[in-house]
Amino acid sequence: MQSASDTAPRPFSTAQIERGANLAAIGNCVTCHTAHGGKPYAGGYPVQTPFGAVHGTNITPDRETGIGSWSLADFTRALREGMSPEGHHYYPAFPYAYFTHLDDDDIAALYAFVMTREPVRAAVPANSVLVPRFAVAIWNARYLHRGALASDASRDAGWNRGHYLAESLAHCSECHTPRDKLGGEKRNEYLAGGEAGGWEAPALNQNSSSPQPWTSSAMGQYLRTGLVDEHAISAGPMRGVVENLSHAKPADVDALARYIVSMERKGPDMANAAPPAASAHGEELYAGACGECHDRGRAAEGGALQLGKAIAVALPTPKNLIHIVQDGITPREDSAQPWMPAFRGSFTDEDLADLLAYTRTLGRKPAWNDVQGQVRAARREGEGK
Amino acid sequence: MSAVTRREFIAGSGMLMLAFSLAPRGAQAGEASHAGGKLPGSLSKFPYLDSWIRIGADGSITVFTGKCELGQGVRTALQQIAAEQLMVPFERVAMVTSDTALTPNEGYTSGSNSLKDSGTAILNAAAQVRELLLAQAARRWSLPATELEARDGAVHGAGGRHAGYGELVAGQVLHVEAQALSSVVPPREHRVMGKSQPRVDIPAKVTGGEAYVHDLRLPGMVHARVVRPPQPGATLRALDTGAASRMPGVLKVVRDGSFIAVVAGKEFQAVQAMRALQDHAQWEAGPMPPADIHAYLATLASQDSVILDRAGKAGEGASHEATYRRPYHMHGAIGPSCAVALFKDGELTVWSHGQGMFPLRAAVAELVGLPKEKVRCIHREGSGCYGHNGADDAGGDAALIAMSLPGRPVRVQWMREQEHSWEPYGPAMISKSRATLDSQGQIASWTYDVWSNTHSTRPGEAGGLAAGMLVAKPFKPSPPRPIPQPEGGGDRNAIPIYRVPVAKVTSHFIPQMPLRVSALRALGAYTNVFSLESFMDELAILAKADPVEFRLRHLDDPRAIDVVRAAAFGFGWDGFRRAPGTGRGFAFARYKNLAAYCAVALEVEVVRESGEIRVGRVHCAMDSGEAVNPDGIRNQAEGGVVQSLSWTLREAVTWDDKRITSRDWARYPMIRFPHVPRSIDVHVIDRPGQPFLGTGEATQGPAAAALANAVFDACGARIRDIPFTRERVKAAMGLPRSS
Amino acid sequence: MTSLEVNGRTVQVDADPATPLLYVLRNDLGLNAAKFGCGLGQCGACTVMAGGEAIYSCLVPISALEGRPIVTVEGLGTQEHPGPMQEAFMEAQAAQCGYCIPGMMMRAQALLEKKPGASGEEVREALEPNLCRCGTHMRILRAVARAQELMKGGR
Repeated sequence: MQSASDTAPRPFSTAQIERGANLAAIGNCVTCHTAHGGKPYAGGYPVQTPFGAVHGTNITPDRETGIGSWSLADFTRALREGMSPEGHHYYPAFPYAYFTHLDDDDIAALYAFVMTREPVRAAVPANSVLVPRFAVAIWNARYLHRGALASDASRDAGWNRGHYLAESLAHCSECHTPRDKLGGEKRNEYLAGGEAGGWEAPALNQNSSSPQPWTSSAMGQYLRTGLVDEHAISAGPMRGVVENLSHAKPADVDALARYIVSMERKGPDMANAAPPAASAHGEELYAGACGECHDRGRAAEGGALQLGKAIAVALPTPKNLIHIVQDGITPREDSAQPWMPAFRGSFTDEDLADLLAYTRTLGRKPAWNDVQGQVRAARREGEGK
Repeated sequence: MSAVTRREFIAGSGMLMLAFSLAPRGAQAGEASHAGGKLPGSLSKFPYLDSWIRIGADGSITVFTGKCELGQGVRTALQQIAAEQLMVPFERVAMVTSDTALTPNEGYTSGSNSLKDSGTAILNAAAQVRELLLAQAARRWSLPATELEARDGAVHGAGGRHAGYGELVAGQVLHVEAQALSSVVPPREHRVMGKSQPRVDIPAKVTGGEAYVHDLRLPGMVHARVVRPPQPGATLRALDTGAASRMPGVLKVVRDGSFIAVVAGKEFQAVQAMRALQDHAQWEAGPMPPADIHAYLATLASQDSVILDRAGKAGEGASHEATYRRPYHMHGAIGPSCAVALFKDGELTVWSHGQGMFPLRAAVAELVGLPKEKVRCIHREGSGCYGHNGADDAGGDAALIAMSLPGRPVRVQWMREQEHSWEPYGPAMISKSRATLDSQGQIASWTYDVWSNTHSTRPGEAGGLAAGMLVAKPFKPSPPRPIPQPEGGGDRNAIPIYRVPVAKVTSHFIPQMPLRVSALRALGAYTNVFSLESFMDELAILAKADPVEFRLRHLDDPRAIDVVRAAAFGFGWDGFRRAPGTGRGFAFARYKNLAAYCAVALEVEVVRESGEIRVGRVHCAMDSGEAVNPDGIRNQAEGGVVQSLSWTLREAVTWDDKRITSRDWARYPMIRFPHVPRSIDVHVIDRPGQPFLGTGEATQGPAAAALANAVFDACGARIRDIPFTRERVKAAMGLPRSS
Repeated sequence: MTSLEVNGRTVQVDADPATPLLYVLRNDLGLNAAKFGCGLGQCGACTVMAGGEAIYSCLVPISALEGRPIVTVEGLGTQEHPGPMQEAFMEAQAAQCGYCIPGMMMRAQALLEKKPGASGEEVREALEPNLCRCGTHMRILRAVARAQELMKGGR
């Protein structure tokens, strides 16, 4: 039910709201603040952390269950300090350690945007984190570095814009940088590859597994569309990011792309080790299950990414490829985008391992370790859900 | 199937002509029969009773229809009609559907006309056959026919005297011309008609029986696949058949101009060889239309005809105008088109799931250069077609391939991307409405314009088949023509059914087709009803009237009024409680303005932030005239609603400068289970004794408009462009673009 | 030669081991129920069960299926003696053209064998991979609910 105060006009300009919409898209906010099948921004999405599940909060302007009673100062404190108006700490699954670098105008624009969303009354389930909230203060002392980011005078404005967005709202390194035992970023391994929701977040620095070095334009296309024939189709947690970025200002996405690509600093990786021997069985499975689409290339009728170029095949572990094969890549139900079916249930663990090992040879990479063990682990994880 | 063909049967018959005269008892004979003695339904074209009904000496009853079972349940409904009128149990009747060697030529199974054409013919033929049998018995026993009774396949007289139909039919007693009037069984005595009858085709379909042309397995049958150009209009520059010819199981590569096919012993071998051929074909590209198809259509020349002109002074009250657009839509059969053909001893037989076996025969005969008499086309069920899809084309493909492999039955099935990119689409359309109200809130004047390509390029000639367009000496298709009123094509349902004193409706027929198009379920009625019924809502809002009441105040036809009231009542229109973000919508139409009446009321929830539309309850009221199989009507109506919601919410054919990009279900998404309505209720208003009005195409227009109206009610966004994507909903709500 | 167990019967199939199961079912074994719809795992018309799981038979090569019992609609019963899923679909008249229906039945069968008490919402979610173009969805849902009752021994 809406009350009069919920719907009362607030003093925000359209330009400010639109600026906030763009920033919210870059921040991927809606993903963690929306439950499966729920109303956007009404919270309830469980973010799995090594310490338990943290639920995205209701950030619609509902006064009871959302943030309708928050002032701009409350909102700013939440983003910069990770602290609620009542003074309790949020868990760092809420990426305030990045948002802290946002400038005042951007925070005001985001505030304008969320405060003009449809108020939704929706209480969020309790978190199952075993860490007491006061412990977060210790975490903050170590990992929260407040203040504006230093700009790099040797780089142009576009790169600096990308740097600002990547390090604040877009919070790329949240997933793409490895974490220490306390869940803090290992800054000396910046963008060296991390983990997100059971997926490998590929390295974006010199450790990148990409068979071909990325260009800014390829990365821009990837971030906007999730699909670049020479590299990858977005999957897993990155799909939501791309879906959001498709609504962001192209210039900002290009800036992000430029910044990220500048971190890669590597040459082509095609002349890799001699490909490992493939099993005939794996090849049969590939021919029957994958070849119809993947052998013909994206340009062909109904064709798909050629796996020799695919990052998922080139990554250090088969983790992502297992996810992709088991759960497929299915676009939002109303969007006309490429599709890969879920093969869950189609193969025994042994067969899936053979199939994965075979695809690895298409990437001309050394064989993965213990593929079967990883397949089994992934299946147990999938069954646990 | 009997080995005796109709030709043989007729040839062997004496021409015993019986004069008979019957007192009509029912009204279902149809309006036509009362007007100038024209025979009802398809009897007007095939007047001999034995064209429709044959009774064997053993009493077996076979009923022939020129219509095709397309999954709409027509076989069951026709069997019900025959069993009712012949006074036999339902199971006693065997149906034979469209077969050029056996059945009457009833043209296409389309336009929701099957019960009107074939149902009416069989109803009257069966009633007259029964009366003839009674007359035979009366003559045999020298008793007045009025003292005899037909029951359970026999005529019964006083004192236990009886004779089975098989005994009575000796000679050529049924080879007589039908009369204009029939003594049909009065509706109150119905045992079979009007009762929900389980469909005869369903048991095989749910147990793995042979149910489709796809399941046909003839001795020695081989499998073919075609290779289609990457885009319409492309021509083959070079083809290296070497690799494909050497692949396991490959029997033959067929090439004729840009038509390519490969035949193999096993189906998967044919698929693999087809892929190899594809990789070794080089094509000369053809042109693709510009992306903004509606702007492009507006630049093309049109032939304009005013189909309603009621002159007068325009109203002085508020006025309103709006433009509506519909993209190309696909038929999108779940099973790609398939056909089996056999050329043997100089005769060609084609088994096809097309909608018209006689027109297909003509097209195939021209394509392969055989006289029509040497070609037989037999209908077998396929995956639902919803109009002119790839079925006929596949028949042409199979025929052409079979001609090069005499004596071998050839089965060809298309691949998914071939179906998606080569079927003829439902045309993109534009419509414009303008109206003024008078001071009482009545519509004072009305102007409507609709722009469309043709809605039928059905074969009947080789130029209408894909193969006919691809062969080295291509057949030129006839110039496209509009389907005339009152049925109409692009202008089907363009004339308002509502009382408007001043009105002008203009149909702008665009001959040039940027993409190949043809009949898709409901033709232009889908667009026109969507436009008119959206516009009626817009006018109701302008008049500050309830949308249902606003419609009622402009309706005169009592059956229309009944349907509108029934849908509103069934839905709970008046008591509707609007939760935040939810809304209700209503729409009504009489299909073609002369067939079934249908009203749809539904509720939606619009997620403001995402623009997502979620459909809740749907209530549909339907008057299809006399209801033969009420559950069949419900099934068709439920399906029509879901299909229309899918078109309207999700679907648009897309392309780039090289090809159709809607190549599969990923690139042309349709509605899936989690997003279909919460419930659909269909209320069938039975009209016993009234003419059959058909059902299959009545719901698509009203469902689309009811959706548009409900979305507006929920969030104030008036969507006039199909499909209603999230982006369009958000744009219409005036919200900034966001995630 | 590949050895498969189909509907309780062991068969030796002489086909390229990379051949998707669907072609073997239809061409080598003469079974009608599983249908070719897209060959891409987008429509579910080819759905059968293997080792208790619903799979796209158009995408799983026979070399992945040795030792995994395969069940198709033919294995659920016959016209004369229909199984509960078949009986439910007939009762609900849950077909128009019916081309998608065997795939629907097998996906529903796999769900109910694992989760006999699946909720209506779970049935909708589970059937998402399967497309129906005729719009028979409401009846299919009713049929699956009826099959649940019949499987529990209800009448």
